[in-house]
Formats: sequence, C-alpha cells, structure tokens
Amino acid sequence: MAESGSAAQGHRGRLLDNREFLGALFLLPAAILLLGLLAYPLGLGVWLGFTDAKVGSSGQWIGLENFEFLVGDSVFLLSAWNTFIYTFTASVIKFALGLWLALLLNERLPFKAALRAVVLLPFIVPTVLSAIAFWWLYDAQFSVLSWTLVRLGLIDHYIDFLGNPLLARCSVIVANVWRGVPFIAISLLAGLQTIAPSLYEAAAIDGATALQKFRHVTLPLLSPIIAVVMTFSVLFTFTDFQLIWVLTHGGPLNATHLMTTLSYQRGISGGALGEGAAISTAMIPFLLLAVLFSYFGLQRRRWQQGGADR
Amino acid sequence: MSATDDGMSYLQSLPRRVVTLYVPLAVFLIVLLFPFYWMVITSLKPDAELLAADGNPFWVVAPTLAHFRKLLFDTAYPRWMWNTLQVSVISTFLSLAASVLAAYAIERLRMRGSRTLGICVFLAYLVPPSILFIPLAAITFQLGIFDTRFALIVTYPTFLIPFCTWLLMGYFRSIPFELEECALIDGASRWQILVKIILPLAVPGLISAGIFAFTLSWNEFLYALTFISASENKTVPVGVITELVEGDVYHWGALMAGALMGSLPVAVLYAFFVEHYVAGMTGAVKE
Repeated sequence: MAESGSAAQGHRGRLLDNREFLGALFLLPAAILLLGLLAYPLGLGVWLGFTDAKVGSSGQWIGLENFEFLVGDSVFLLSAWNTFIYTFTASVIKFALGLWLALLLNERLPFKAALRAVVLLPFIVPTVLSAIAFWWLYDAQFSVLSWTLVRLGLIDHYIDFLGNPLLARCSVIVANVWRGVPFIAISLLAGLQTIAPSLYEAAAIDGATALQKFRHVTLPLLSPIIAVVMTFSVLFTFTDFQLIWVLTHGGPLNATHLMTTLSYQRGISGGALGEGAAISTAMIPFLLLAVLFSYFGLQRRRWQQGGADR
Repeated sequence: MSATDDGMSYLQSLPRRVVTLYVPLAVFLIVLLFPFYWMVITSLKPDAELLAADGNPFWVVAPTLAHFRKLLFDTAYPRWMWNTLQVSVISTFLSLAASVLAAYAIERLRMRGSRTLGICVFLAYLVPPSILFIPLAAITFQLGIFDTRFALIVTYPTFLIPFCTWLLMGYFRSIPFELEECALIDGASRWQILVKIILPLAVPGLISAGIFAFTLSWNEFLYALTFISASENKTVPVGVITELVEGDVYHWGALMAGALMGSLPVAVLYAFFVEHYVAGMTGAVKE
C-alpha cells in the first residue's frame, strides 16, 4: 500500500482513522467466515430440504415432497415426539436440580471455590467420552448399577437399561441431566451472588419465612438469568446428538431417536441429503419458538424491575 | 430452631445444616463424580477382573496399565490426540483474532448499524451445529476439503466466533472511553489503541474466551463425525467411538482409558484456569 512518501502515508492514516472504513475492515474476517459458513449453509440447508439431493448428486427441486413424506412417516413423527419429550423432561429436571444445587453452593461452605470447580467437571469433559462411561454403566451384563441393586436386594436380575424403550428413554435423559445440571447450577450461582444480602435481611426483619424469601426475593431477581440459562439449556437439549449417538443410536425400536440423530442417519449414513436437510429444517420453527419464548420472558422481567420496556 | 432464617446461616443449628445442606450436597457430588471414578477404575482393571462375576466391582485388585499401553502403541490414538490438538489450537487462535477485531469494531468504533450487528452475533451464537452439518458437508465436499483436518479448522470458527465476540464485547464495554480519548489526543492510531491499550486491559477476557473456545473445539463431535472418515484424520471423540468399538466385543478397559486420556487435556487446562472458565461461561449468559 504505502509505496511512496508521506502524502500516501497521510492519506492511509486518514482512511484508517475513519470509523466506518476501519469498522468494516475489522469486521471483514468474522463476516466472511460467518456469512460463508454459517448464513450460507443455513440457507442452503433449507433449500436442500426442497430437493432430492443425494450424496454425490446435487438433486432437483421437488417442492414440498420431502415434507409431505415426513408427515406420513411414523419414524419421523416418533422422533419429533421423542425430541419434545426428551427436551421437556430433561429441561425441567435440570432446572429443578440445577437451582437446588446453586442454592446449596450459595450457602456458607468450606472449600467453596474447590467445590464449584469440581461440580462443573461433567460439563467440561467431552460429552462423547463421558457418554461412553454411561454406556458402560448401563451395560446389560456388567452394569455396576444393577450389581449394586441386586446386592441391596432391590431387584433379582440385571436391568437392560438400553434394551427396553421406556428404560432407554429414561436412561438417556438421566445422562443428559447429569451433563446439564452443572452448567445451570454454576450459571444460576453467579446470578445468586449478585443479589444483595441486605434484601434478605430486610425480608427477615419483616418476618418473611425461608419460602417467602425464596418466592419474593430470590426468584424475581434471578428470573432474567433463569430465562437466558434455560433458553440455552433447551436449545442444547433440543439439538442434542452426541449422547444418543453413543448410547443407543436411536434404538431400541427408534424409541430414543431425536430429530438430529434421524437427520444424521438419513442424510449422512443413508446418503439422502435432501431428506436429512428437510428434517433439520423442520427443527427451525421449534428453535425459533424456544428463543422467542425466553426472549419475551426476559423483556417482561426487565420491565418489572423498572427498566425500559422496549 | 430459632425464628431466624437461612439467609443468615450462621444462626442455624448444626443438625439442621447437615440435613438441609451437607447431605444433599454430598449426594450431588457423588452422583456427579461417580462416572469419573468409574472411568479410572475400569481403565486400570485387567480384562479378567472386568468380566469377573464375583468380587467387588468398585475396587481394582491387580491394577494394570495394559489398556493404556494398547491404546498408545496398537491404535491410532496418539494420532487422534495430535489431530485434535492441532485443530483446536488453530481454530481457537483464528477465532480469537477475528473476534477481537469484530468485537472492537462493534463495541468501540460504533459505526452505523453496530447495534444490529451485535444482535446478529448473538443470534449466530444460537444457531446449533445440528442444523448446519448436512449443508456444511455438501460445502466442504465442493471446496475439496472433505475428510481433511482443514474442514474442521474452517468450520469450528462458525460457533467459536459468535461466542468469543459476544464475550469480548462485554469486556471491551467495561474499559473506560477516556483511556481511548487520551490516546487519540496523543496521536495514537486506532490500531495502536487496540494493541497497546485495549488488548492488555482485556487479557482476562481473552483468556476466558480462549479457554472456552479451546474446550468447545476439543469436545466437538458432530462435524468431526460427519466430515472425517479416514482414521488418520479423526479427532479423539470420533476416533474412540468409531474405531475402538469393534463388533459386539466391547473393550471396556481400552474405551475407558481412551475416554480418560481424551478428557485429561481439557480437565488440566480447566484446573489451571477455573476462574477464567467460569467467568467466560457466566459472562456469556449474563449479558
């Protein structure tokens, strides 16, 4: 650029001090990557959903054919139902346990920092690798859980955790809850720590019981962060893939197939890119719904706290 | 029990604290940590002990490193570790560089539309890989990078950049404008301001974003599973689940050893930077 003298230098300097120009320049690397590999694939995915693309052939526009097929496909409908049940049940349990754990960790405790660090471990290790540990824990023949229950005299034969539809559903939900609770607990703990102790003291002076303080001080002040944390949690759970893929591959009898695992199975393993993309596309409205729901939850709370109601 | 409350917990009686606090907390800890204990114990057990019907499964009688040895010398595991490390480090640094520039532009240069851009970044953060992997597979195939580590290096930033940018925007916001104004009056260019004033002050944020991004790429599974098929290009999570599982015979010892070693790098990193990690996680959620 600067091949000659101070005039060129001065000109370049002015250009680089122009906020609009410099801003565009700084945004360029991120914008190229995000437009090319996030926005474009998002659009391409929707488009593929309307084609009969296969691995190795770009496919023809076939309109709503994929979606018409899926609506009549019992496996897809089952996977959609499973996704809903999985997300709802796991999220509710994660929220309840996460909030409880956050409240426990917010008490006066010895080794508080170390405890908090240890609690987060399930969240930071690779999900696939901890899922393998669960796979081993759920083994039909050698499960240590069954072993313990037999020794305690609670059951008389080993449980086939992943072999029976209902049990398999419960088992994957337990593994998901195990992984998700630390994230929710630590995030909510950060929220709890911002609540001024004087509020609790004021409530105590007014004679509030523990439950009343939780209901009227903790919960309202925590709700903005609850809304964000739960949006993320619902989003992650709804789009979960790894746990199911490792533990059951969608079985038994498709009882644990989620929309993500089904779209992988049909789109990548089966090579029907178009159909797989149609399943992914079908997830988008649900995701939007989840995001909007928590976004408006957030807005309402901001207004309640005297913030601007935009 | 007195008429006071748990907000002032020092007034609580010990038995009450044991029942309402220590016992539930202990149960939480045991449940959260047991799978790790189980991984360690299993990885140290000789095969005979693993499949024995009698004996106490919670303990190992004759610990052995045979599973680790098998993994390190008879499988491509070291190669997968190396791939994962390469992909994670490169995509983390790429994303950090792009995010610092983007976050500074959005938060500090305040050009036209920067508020909208900020919202776009947040929305990009919410797009899950599960709805992108099929079109991305088609794109990487067309670009000719399918089944190479490069496919992962360029796709990981799509979820790392939104996260890092969002986090760094928060950090930059906390740096007073006056510092920049002083530097501008002294004749510093915008670039000098970014490198000499903003970045040194944002080091904690950079570490948080870096640690988090590294962990996210180390743990990534779906893209690596979809885009990579040759064993020598696989990452640890994909390699362990696709290559160590042979037919119906599960080598549980080797699987657990693989899971343990694959978790170790992130666990060690986490142990050193707990505070930064937590700050990153909660910072991204709080804004």
